[in-house]
Amino acid sequence: MKSYHADERGYYGEFGGAFIPEMLYPNCEELRQNYLSIMEEPSFKEEFHQLLKDYVGRPTPLYFAKRLSERYNTKIYLKREDLCHTGAHKVNNTIGQILMAKKLGKNRIIAETGAGQHGVATATVCALMGIQCVVYMGEIDIARQAPNVARMKMLGAEVRPATSGSKTLKDATNEAIRDWINNPVDTHYIIGSVVGPHPYPDMVARFQSVISEEIKNQLQEKEGRENPDYVVACVGGGSNAAGAYYHYLDVPEVGIIAVEAAGKGIDSGESAATSALGKVGIIHGSKTLLMQTQDGQITEPYSISAGLDYPGVGPMHAHLYASGRGEFISITDDDAMKAGLELCKLEGIIPAIESSHALAIFEDRKFGPDDVVVVNLSGRGDKDLQNYIDYFKL
Amino acid sequence: MNRIKQKLQEDKKILSIYFSAGYPNLDDTVKIIHDLETSGVDLIEIGLPFSDPLADGPTIQESSTAALKNGMNTALLFEQLKDIRKTVSIPLILMGYFNPVLQYGVEEFCAQCEEIGIDGLILPDLPLDVYKEEYEDIFKKHGLINVFLITPQTSDERIKAIDDASEGFIYMVSSASTTGAKQGFGSEQSEYFNRIANMELNNPQIVGFGISNAETFEQATQKAKGAIIGSAFIKHLTANGVNAIDDFVKQIR
Repeated sequence: MKSYHADERGYYGEFGGAFIPEMLYPNCEELRQNYLSIMEEPSFKEEFHQLLKDYVGRPTPLYFAKRLSERYNTKIYLKREDLCHTGAHKVNNTIGQILMAKKLGKNRIIAETGAGQHGVATATVCALMGIQCVVYMGEIDIARQAPNVARMKMLGAEVRPATSGSKTLKDATNEAIRDWINNPVDTHYIIGSVVGPHPYPDMVARFQSVISEEIKNQLQEKEGRENPDYVVACVGGGSNAAGAYYHYLDVPEVGIIAVEAAGKGIDSGESAATSALGKVGIIHGSKTLLMQTQDGQITEPYSISAGLDYPGVGPMHAHLYASGRGEFISITDDDAMKAGLELCKLEGIIPAIESSHALAIFEDRKFGPDDVVVVNLSGRGDKDLQNYIDYFKL
Repeated sequence: MNRIKQKLQEDKKILSIYFSAGYPNLDDTVKIIHDLETSGVDLIEIGLPFSDPLADGPTIQESSTAALKNGMNTALLFEQLKDIRKTVSIPLILMGYFNPVLQYGVEEFCAQCEEIGIDGLILPDLPLDVYKEEYEDIFKKHGLINVFLITPQTSDERIKAIDDASEGFIYMVSSASTTGAKQGFGSEQSEYFNRIANMELNNPQIVGFGISNAETFEQATQKAKGAIIGSAFIKHLTANGVNAIDDFVKQIR
């Protein structure tokens, strides 16, 4: 049977692989040779699940959103990743990777961050384990995400500004990779999304797969069936989506819907809708769809949501798009903000702006009254308050 | 015979110089190549600028960014180089990241290189296995040598595989670092240089990263066939422009 998971070499169809300079080869190879066996070790599994339960607060609820469902005349469930410790799904991966780093004998952690959510999730687990942590963050992002910078510092991490290129997430990622090149022996790089060279996309997807594992059990309880008709998630790099889709990838009766940030509109020149605007290329060691010039220079995306502001998508998602397995929808800033506010009013939940993009599809994408639609509510909106304040003049 | 292979047969240490095409000014490419040849350099690596050069330190990042701002791109570089073989005979290598080559079309890119008289390519993020499976035939058809990198962390087994896949030379990265990050060599490098020399590889090695002056050139080439200077030359261009290239080369040897 055709599978939408990564093959042994880290390819999803034609996407993925490890397009890395030789300097990174030993680091990635060490990880590639060990990640699956470590993840299978009983002691690893036990510690991972224990921490997800006691520290992260899993399982997160699968909540039937009654008033939202009435509004759109379908059955909408929200997977409440916003209730995770640190406020988003990101911590599922950082818990997994910090345990991986310990098993590999690493004593120094580096990470990249855009809005700061992954940086905070990484700083958190480093504090938990007493391991040195350096987070690279674009100089521009540092200026516009001050509370998360402060959080990381309080958690003991060193935040290093990325001053190269466009000074945002892609440059922070470049800087983290350069750090790893310069520190190949003692350092583990915790990538925050299902991007980067093999084995990262597969490893991060596996750590995030707890999301769909729980959805299956919870839906069985609530609806008497494991499979929803649709699972919906926003996609920047795509880690929350990868987790929400994971156990449904090879279940054809479950529709997969990926929601990208259209920014100010697909054709506005200020967008992050990679499936619509991207072409096949290499970014951060992975062959995938990315936004680039005709000459192959990587361009700077735009979205009101910092978490979706990435010029590529993970190779899993590129394959879901190219193969037609996934339905891709792009949502503008305005529609996302409106949907975010609607969730506040109808359900008493303030979503992250990233997640608001996923919620915004119901306006135009219609579902049947008996369809079960699971939306992965990837994060909460606390971090976005200033954006909401500015946008709605609150 | 390929000009790189021919040069490597000469009984001398090879001095190779890297620069970013389109830097400091968009139209400096041809002048820099000419002056490097006349000042006695053996091999030239022309850097094709990329927006996200993740193996490079600040100096080459900045020259790369500046070159792109100046308007450099793949098609323009080919245009600038189209008559280069009328005036220079030095081996020329294009060095860059894989994505711009992929967008140009690998086959078309290689065909252009052949037409111009480019002798080899260095694409650090094109991995060995992908090269062998998908691109080796294309490179060979167009007479291009593909140069692979090794580092102090590369296992002996992999070095042998790289040696088998190479023709021409092996680019020996001197330390675990990005370009321009370190100055000079310590005992760790001596050990590494000795280890590689003792492996008696088929291909000669040219050392890159960390070479900036006569002393480091001398150290790097005690065992290896040659050495590459990149960041230090770009700093020289930044400080002195393109009219004192000979001064820089004369300081090295």
